[in-house]
Amino acid sequence: MNAGGPEIGDLAPMLELPDTEGVVHTLPDPGEAPATVVVWTCNHCPYALAWHDRLLDVARDHAGAGVGMLMVNSNDAGRYPADSFEAMRDRHRAESWPVPYLHDATQSVARSWGARTTPDVFLLDFGLRLAYRGAPDPDHERPELAAGWLRDALTAVLAGEQPDPRSTQPIGCSIKWRE
Amino acid sequence: MEAVGLDPASIVVREVETGEDAEAEQFVGSPTIRVGGRDIQAPAEAATGLTCRVYRLRDGRISAIPDPADIRDALTQGIERSGR
Repeated sequence: MNAGGPEIGDLAPMLELPDTEGVVHTLPDPGEAPATVVVWTCNHCPYALAWHDRLLDVARDHAGAGVGMLMVNSNDAGRYPADSFEAMRDRHRAESWPVPYLHDATQSVARSWGARTTPDVFLLDFGLRLAYRGAPDPDHERPELAAGWLRDALTAVLAGEQPDPRSTQPIGCSIKWRE
Repeated sequence: MEAVGLDPASIVVREVETGEDAEAEQFVGSPTIRVGGRDIQAPAEAATGLTCRVYRLRDGRISAIPDPADIRDALTQGIERSGR
């Protein structure tokens, strides 16, 4: 299901990207954080927008446990100006996100992770192995689902257990690759 | 379509593949639904392009598709405009 990216249980690929203020972020060192969530998202996709608040709530609810979340935008801003770096920065500043918004201008990180849609959720365990991959919950139109798949997976990982399910189908707009 | 007495087979699906085509068609994103040539939910910002459209359902939720009630109303209004 994940052409070019990690399978469940694999070590996460490298990630080193600038956020909207120019600060470069990487994954924590293995063992440094109990879990890390990496989410591909963007500014213009209705699925990404519909799930956005739910995902930020997950970040807020788990920050105290040391769980980090990184949001990544890899879309081709040339064809999709709404996903330009400037638009990302303006949105991040205006909405006061509790997580960094990373710019994958070359799309190389999306390719190495096998990211396909916005959103596309990757949950890493304390050893940076992929523990869950997929959608936040079953339906972008139902806020009450509260990113339940991701929350359940996080609960399992924080307890040292395997999530069930370990993967679901990512649902959303396709990542807008450069032509 | 059937609920308002129209034939679903009369739907014309058009794929817009290039930015040039989007501009020529005044296409503001996918999916765009037009009834009698009118966008059923004309966007406030009408920038053309190959993008995804964000719709608001009647209860305020964000969706990738319009509220079914908006589609039904647009179809009804289209019928009225056509004088059928």
